[in-house]
Amino acid sequence: MTPRRIAEVVGITVVAAVLGWVLFVGLPRWYAARSARGSVVAAPTAPVTAGRKIKVRLFYVSEDGTRLVGVDREVPFGEGMDQAREIITAQVAPVIEPLASAIPPGTTLRSLFITAHGEAYVDLSREVASAHPGGTLNEILTVYTIVNALTANLPAVQSVQVLVDGKEVPTLAGHVDLGRPLVKNLSWVQ
Amino acid sequence: MLFASQLSSQVAAPTPLAMLTKDGRRALAVTLVNDQEFVALDDLSAAFQLTVRDDALGAVTVFYKGKTIVLTPEQTLASVAGRLVSLPSAPTRAARRILVPVEFISRALALIYDIRLDLRKPSHLLIVGDVRVPRVTVRYDVVGQGGRVTIDATPRADSTLTQDGSRLTIKFDADALDTANPLLTAQGPQSLIQDVRVVEPATLVVTLGPRFAGFRSTTQPVDTTTRLTLDVVAAQTDAVAAAPGAPPAPPPPDLPPAFGQPASIRTIAIDAGHGGADEGVKGPAGTKEKDIALAVARRLKAAIEGRLGIRVLLTRDDDRDMPIDDRTAVANNNKSDLLISLHANGSVRSAATGASIYYAAFEKDATAAGTAPRAERVPTFGGGTRDIEIVTWNLAQMRYLDASMTFAGILQEQFHDRVPLATHAVDRASLRVLESANMPAVLIEMGFLSNADQEKQLAGAEFQAAFVQAVTDAVVTLRDALASQGAK
Repeated sequence: MTPRRIAEVVGITVVAAVLGWVLFVGLPRWYAARSARGSVVAAPTAPVTAGRKIKVRLFYVSEDGTRLVGVDREVPFGEGMDQAREIITAQVAPVIEPLASAIPPGTTLRSLFITAHGEAYVDLSREVASAHPGGTLNEILTVYTIVNALTANLPAVQSVQVLVDGKEVPTLAGHVDLGRPLVKNLSWVQ
Repeated sequence: MLFASQLSSQVAAPTPLAMLTKDGRRALAVTLVNDQEFVALDDLSAAFQLTVRDDALGAVTVFYKGKTIVLTPEQTLASVAGRLVSLPSAPTRAARRILVPVEFISRALALIYDIRLDLRKPSHLLIVGDVRVPRVTVRYDVVGQGGRVTIDATPRADSTLTQDGSRLTIKFDADALDTANPLLTAQGPQSLIQDVRVVEPATLVVTLGPRFAGFRSTTQPVDTTTRLTLDVVAAQTDAVAAAPGAPPAPPPPDLPPAFGQPASIRTIAIDAGHGGADEGVKGPAGTKEKDIALAVARRLKAAIEGRLGIRVLLTRDDDRDMPIDDRTAVANNNKSDLLISLHANGSVRSAATGASIYYAAFEKDATAAGTAPRAERVPTFGGGTRDIEIVTWNLAQMRYLDASMTFAGILQEQFHDRVPLATHAVDRASLRVLESANMPAVLIEMGFLSNADQEKQLAGAEFQAAFVQAVTDAVVTLRDALASQGAK
């Protein structure tokens, strides 16, 4: 191989290496950094005002166990669906005595979506069914804790359908029909 | 011997006392002396392990576990463990035996004996210990062309009623019956009821007359009494209607006009809630809702079929998983006229107690969603068209809401005094097992398994029997109401 030929090979290799670095390392880094800056600005789930709170009415089981009672609580402020998420997150959170919750322990909010027609879909973790202690009244109170928590606090929400682990289910524990959205029902509230 | 023995010539042999114990029945001889009933002290000694000492002065001392009864000749007072009690007659002697008035058992012996002694003199019964012997009385009243038999059992005792040809057999949940003799005065040959008699140990047999056509029965508690009422109707014959000189009989006021015709409720579906891996509510002591529901469902089926002759389907008759929609499908596919779903409730608050009856609720948006019943025109085989109503399957209950609500109210009424009710005894909710039922339908929560006291109660035979009786009576009332409506 002549010296000239050697110089050509080295030159081509260097150019290929520089191009490879730009394509596979430099550009992705630059693009990722730009995307990250953009997502912070446009994050849809971020609260508009950090630290701001609003008062909402949450629902717990009455002392005689036959109905729900409304309790005023402060939750973080949010816009639209964010506010709905904050309300349900607070509603499913564990409570200490003397309050008693109709939401089974371990239940968490997986996701929440509200349609343009005001139908809210609340997707709860599987514990809402698997850890449910059963009984028609218990189940009614569980379901209307969620339904009323949204419909009583957010006028834009007309009805609520509870999903479990991402799926529609016939009932939580064999009683209340969850096959369609349910409207606010304050007859279960004292 | 200082006791008078000159009375031996007046001694007769009347009805013996029937002594009823947990081990069975034995006779205790009774002797009549001057129209007063006496029993021999040595018979009592043998029956109750007493020791009798007859002292030289004529006094008699009865010993039982360190306690004494002292009887004095020609004295109607006896000393019972140091306390004076009065007897209707003084002790006497006959054929070398010491006789005491039968009241000695209740007034003296019962005070020192450590097991309950219940002397029922009119019926010649001596009940020893915890033996269930309700007093049973029977009355028969003619009502129009029919009749009514009223059978009272005191204290309360449940019974099962079966018909076998021209006999009705009423078996009481008791060890024996305390009845008058005869139970019923003699009836004429044309009477719907010929005779009522006792078959040992605790069964009544009602012999029906030739004009008997049918009956219905209801049971209800009245104070400490259980009252079984049999309304019997006569066959409609020209001979009866044209009886010379007989005034036209008014229709029986308590019977629906359609009584005796095919019942408007022919099939009932009973749904035992949960099952298999789905245990339902679990009580603090481990009682499972699925087991209570199945046990009561089986009892209810037996009661309704036995008493009312109505076909009963169970959505499940064993411990197995069953999807909720399949339960309603069993009722729909078998053209049931009524669906009763049985459950036991639960609450995170242990204070919650009592039974609740639920019927379906449909929200306003169900119709707005386009799922309301609507008419559709379809072609017929003979040509032409006809309109049929299309009902979305999961809204089938909509047209039966009034009947379901009525039945819930009847149940609440029948539960009164028999089944403890919750604060909200009747409620309506979007319950899936009811919504697609194409018939009147209710879900009954029998009580709260989450309450420890109610858990014991729900698992007990006494509660289950009372519950079944109340639901059966409610079915009778609903059937009669439907029949009345149909006759109008």
